[in-house]
Amino acid sequence: MYNKIKAPVLGALASCALAAPAAASNIDEAVNEVFANSTGWFVNFIFSPFPGTTFPWIVAWLVVAATIFTVYFGLIQLRGFKHSIELVRGDYSDPNDAGEVSHFQALATALSGTVGLGNIAGVAVAVGIGGPGATFWMILAGLMGMASKFTECTLGVKYRNEYADGTVSGGPMYYITKGFAERGLPGGKPLAILFAIFCILGSFGGGNMFQANQAHAQLTNVFGDFPGWITGVVFATIVFLVIVGGLKSIASVTEKVVPFMGVLYVGTALIIIAMNADKIGWAFGQIFDGAFTGLGVAGGLAGALIQGFKRAAFSNEAGVGSAAIAHSAVRTSEPVTEGYVSLLEPFIDTVVICTMTALVIIITGQLVIDPATGLYVLNESGSIQTVGGNSGVALTSAAFSSAFGWFRYVLVVAVLLFAFSTMISWSYYGLKAWTFLFGENKVSDLSFKLIFCLFVWIGAAASLGPVIDFSDASIFAMAVVNIIGLYFLMPIVKRELTSYNARRKTGEIKKFK
Amino acid sequence: MTEKIVVAYDGSENAHDAVNFALSIAKAAGADLIVAHVLEWSPYSFLTKTEVEERHKRRKEELERADKAIVSPLLQEIQSSGVNVEVMVKYGHIAETLLAIVKDTGASQLILGRTGQSSLTSRLFGSVAGSLAQVAPVPVTIVP
Repeated sequence: MYNKIKAPVLGALASCALAAPAAASNIDEAVNEVFANSTGWFVNFIFSPFPGTTFPWIVAWLVVAATIFTVYFGLIQLRGFKHSIELVRGDYSDPNDAGEVSHFQALATALSGTVGLGNIAGVAVAVGIGGPGATFWMILAGLMGMASKFTECTLGVKYRNEYADGTVSGGPMYYITKGFAERGLPGGKPLAILFAIFCILGSFGGGNMFQANQAHAQLTNVFGDFPGWITGVVFATIVFLVIVGGLKSIASVTEKVVPFMGVLYVGTALIIIAMNADKIGWAFGQIFDGAFTGLGVAGGLAGALIQGFKRAAFSNEAGVGSAAIAHSAVRTSEPVTEGYVSLLEPFIDTVVICTMTALVIIITGQLVIDPATGLYVLNESGSIQTVGGNSGVALTSAAFSSAFGWFRYVLVVAVLLFAFSTMISWSYYGLKAWTFLFGENKVSDLSFKLIFCLFVWIGAAASLGPVIDFSDASIFAMAVVNIIGLYFLMPIVKRELTSYNARRKTGEIKKFK
Repeated sequence: MTEKIVVAYDGSENAHDAVNFALSIAKAAGADLIVAHVLEWSPYSFLTKTEVEERHKRRKEELERADKAIVSPLLQEIQSSGVNVEVMVKYGHIAETLLAIVKDTGASQLILGRTGQSSLTSRLFGSVAGSLAQVAPVPVTIVP
């Protein structure tokens, strides 16, 4: 039945895109204006500062939550790290369960959704505005976020829906509904609905438009300027073919290539850092000094901190609830094991990969320093002056290319693939939220997917500012609802954890290797 | 304790020959036969979100298919042989899983057919039969 629908829709997409090629830039401008106007209020609300300060309440919200989970679970990210590795290595996997999704596969699949442009472009935005000091706060946020991830993913598995045919649906909307009911708390359902709405917006924003937008930015950066709607149409068509047309092969290939791109990216970063080994000490000095003094960036210490925390949350999605959707599909009798596995995600994503990007940008001297004061030079918009006037993904590209000219081409491929795999992941998250609201049927399925494709196109055509604001706002809105849920449900996680560890001690849960 | 013989079976012609050969040995020795069917599976491959979600369902379907298309027809064919036959269907790396079955059951020998891989792939990556011949703790018979 899909084929019947595909042809007219593709035709419509193509004709509206090709109707006025001469007015190309006007399309981009119009899209941009409408978009900025219609989403401004939402962005303003999410990022409104505490009265009398410049500190957005949402950043405090995430940090406080991560700190509470860290304390409540007794530094689980530190004490549970070894056990997480053992689980991923398969030490505790029953050989008779072979053929089910392994812990390694669950981690790899969830990572492919989070490792993406946040690590490449997002970090550049953080360092470009907040200076090297933002890196320090980003790493700290990554480390703390491990506890948030542990909490939400354990709940995701515990309260998922299992259907007769063996498939599962899970995530915050399910654990908030069922968990609240189990504890006899009111308001579970409305909260779950609110989460689902924000999750759909998040899947359009950070999980979609930001990706399309930065993919286009990287293309123009390397191949010269061309209108964003072209990239949009191409991307939207491919996404359409995969999620509506069921072209699974494209998704599978991406899923297999993305991990290698990730390794290549980190490997290259390490080589560049090693080539500048003499500056490593200086770079870390900048990171620490910047973290506590700001080194002249807009907003000083707070400016660096806000940027660091924002981009960390955007990159590793800890506390956002998306990972809980991904991990809940895994077959395991112990929900806590998924929690353990998932706490490695913010570590790999933020503490390792994001830090690499930041170090390369700092170490290759992309940020302009005033030699007289040792402070960073700011441009009119308040961000740090960069060598080529770059920001976002272009800044990362310039940093890597300053060492290896060819890397800009590798980065284009990496960015396109990361963007694509993140979009596919988020189309899954968004769809789960959508079907939670509107039921699991063909019509509701298809309508979500079509709207999703439309946003791919808008994302590529709009300019960075409004898109990044809306992306952040939509993802953080998910965190607002999810974390409220986590606060009420964390005693359940604690119970699971205590019971699991007790049974590990008595040998009831045993190692197979 | 009765002696046990493991024979690997993947539905191919070669494997079929191997089973017939194993049957004759088992009959002569009064041994029990264990027919092992291994579904190739790596816990380290990469899956998409939808694949993860559907994995449990697919696994059930794969096991059913293996039973219906491969194992059951064979059992029907050899049930009149008078040899006690046990079937094992497992997921994993083929050589490693066969080895684990041999160890777990305490079998005294392993019989398998030569696979139809081209000589180039076997030379590069080694064949299942070749690697088992090298590492198995029990005598291995490879049936051409």
